[in-house]
Amino acid sequence: MSDSNIIPKWLSVGVIPLLNLLLAFCVSGLFIFFIGENPFKAISVMIKGAFYYPGAIGYTLYYTTNFIFTGLAVALAFHARLFNIGGEGQAYIGGLGVGLTCLIFDQYLAGFLVTILAILGSVIFGAVWGIIPGYLQAKRGSHIVITTIMFNFIAAALMVYLLVNVIIEPGQMSPETRDFASGVGLVQIHMLAKYLGLNMAMSPLNLSFGIALIVSVGFWFLVWRTKFGYEVRSLGHSETAAIYAGIKVSYTIIIVMAISGGLAGLVAINELLGVHNKLLLGFTAGYGFTGIAVALMGRNHPFGIFLASLLFGALYQGGTELDFEFSSITREMVLLIQGLIILFSGALAYMLNPLVENIYIKYYGNYNNA
Amino acid sequence: MRKIIQFFTVAIIAFSASILSADIKPAVIYDMGGKFDKSFNESVYNGAQRFTKETGIKVMEFEVTNEAQREQGMRKMAQRGANVIVCVGFAQADACDKVAKEFPDTKFSIIDVGWLDNANMRQYVFNEHEGSFLVGALAAMASKTGKVGFVGGMDIPLIRKFACGYVQGAKAVNSKVEVYQNMTGTTPAAWNDPAKGSELAKSQFDRGADVVYAAAGGTGAGVYQAAADSGMLAIGVDSNQNYMHPGTMLTSMLKRVDLATYETFMDVKSGNFTSGVKVLGLAEDGVGWALDEHNESLITDVMKSTINGLSDKVKSGSIKVHDYMSDNNCPS
Repeated sequence: MSDSNIIPKWLSVGVIPLLNLLLAFCVSGLFIFFIGENPFKAISVMIKGAFYYPGAIGYTLYYTTNFIFTGLAVALAFHARLFNIGGEGQAYIGGLGVGLTCLIFDQYLAGFLVTILAILGSVIFGAVWGIIPGYLQAKRGSHIVITTIMFNFIAAALMVYLLVNVIIEPGQMSPETRDFASGVGLVQIHMLAKYLGLNMAMSPLNLSFGIALIVSVGFWFLVWRTKFGYEVRSLGHSETAAIYAGIKVSYTIIIVMAISGGLAGLVAINELLGVHNKLLLGFTAGYGFTGIAVALMGRNHPFGIFLASLLFGALYQGGTELDFEFSSITREMVLLIQGLIILFSGALAYMLNPLVENIYIKYYGNYNNA
Repeated sequence: MRKIIQFFTVAIIAFSASILSADIKPAVIYDMGGKFDKSFNESVYNGAQRFTKETGIKVMEFEVTNEAQREQGMRKMAQRGANVIVCVGFAQADACDKVAKEFPDTKFSIIDVGWLDNANMRQYVFNEHEGSFLVGALAAMASKTGKVGFVGGMDIPLIRKFACGYVQGAKAVNSKVEVYQNMTGTTPAAWNDPAKGSELAKSQFDRGADVVYAAAGGTGAGVYQAAADSGMLAIGVDSNQNYMHPGTMLTSMLKRVDLATYETFMDVKSGNFTSGVKVLGLAEDGVGWALDEHNESLITDVMKSTINGLSDKVKSGSIKVHDYMSDNNCPS
């Protein structure tokens, strides 16, 4: 994550990501052209599909919410130089927290109380799923990348076992629990708008989006304005320096992984409390993995992560519209386009840096010497 | 003046064209397997294609990739003016039910679901046990070892219904037949795991089975491959899959979801759409067994006449094939 100081910040965090995006769109356009569609029309459908059609922005922001949570989860671990690939599993287990809380309490307690407990449940369960690999890294030296990947599989296997054998609604063919009681859940924004007398198209966007924004601000405060955040960043820059400075390394690693897991667990409130109203198999749908690309693109800063999440949300929703609009563009094609954008803005994020740096130096000289 | 007349003619033509095209706008929401799964979804696709070919009316299609998209896809189709939407599979039941209530003027048709209740919804249930009964009888007749196998997809009542019918069919022609049963898994991933399907089939061959029936969606491909590799016989499901390995595909149990799709669209087109539950069994040609140029060398005249005899008895009701889902139990 070394930021070069050869060029000014507005170039490295503003212009270069945009250039990457443009490049990705150009290559996607070529593919669309080769299968015999008009690339410009396709891109326009994608953009309109993400922001313009009725309900489109709602769907975009609904996906954005998931990516903010998983993106922040990955980013926090990155700040301590830990690569948490377990967002998927942590989100899944977070869902177990939501599901169990709702199924146990929704017959006895008021809806909003159960909802609050369920939100806590998602954070706590997700955190536990982060703490275990964190502990193994801190105390036993097991590499966090390996353990978090493994914990994704363990989470998936555990959820399958529970959903198929234990908490499935009897008589149901799909592995799903019963619906949560009617008062439980986070209000969807279009219902809220209706209550206020506004007419909004139906979409799964719900209050979790607001929670995601609040959590983003909290993230910024935690990382850049608290002692703990300073310790995390010190640890990320140099572990030996952190030890010398008297920072308790193992403790910090475990807490970072706990918070990271808790953040990922929050995906469950958007999916389960906001949309499905029950616990079901595979609701995480890869959002945890996409969170890695989001954090990478967002340069581990909450504002960057918000923008990257918005981009990915727009890609998911716009991609769906593309599938609707063109019969020749199948869902595999949409996946290809999304993959190209991840490739250019994530994996090849620094590809254009030397080029832009050279051009800048040629015309303006070295930025640091100025 | 001429301009105005011209304008009105154009407007009237455009208007009447829009009425004609608004006449019927069909749509299909395929499930996660995707429309080219060579089995269940593809059969629906074939039904939609047949409708398009015969009437020239295009069918709008959408393949879902995550849970939230089922509802989104259906709602979107309804908003775009689709007046009949086919929901594919029991996993879409909740979404289909919800959207059908939101759009009472749109017609819905759902496959493999019989427990919903909407005035604008038709539900198709298939007597898979009857079709499986016939292929079970065929398997027992074709088997030299007196042992036959069954590989299911996801372990759900619906698939046990296939297995139960298969066992009854095999026993009907050979009371001493042994039937090995395996399920691929307990989650939707079991519909698309050809490697495991192949393993299960091979283990059944090792135990002496020489005919295996797969009711497992995409997993079936592995089962058929294993049979072809070991020189054993396999039975396909849903679509006619005989062509996949000519010579080792004994037959396929046809489940005519294509017919359900085609019939739904045709009924809406002719104004004969009815709601309620439609049960398609042997008598309605909703299920059956496939005989074509790829497997005719494997089917002897004796087999053919026995199966046709059994088929007639099931149709007339003199043989009752037990439906596992009626009491979640299989007599053996």
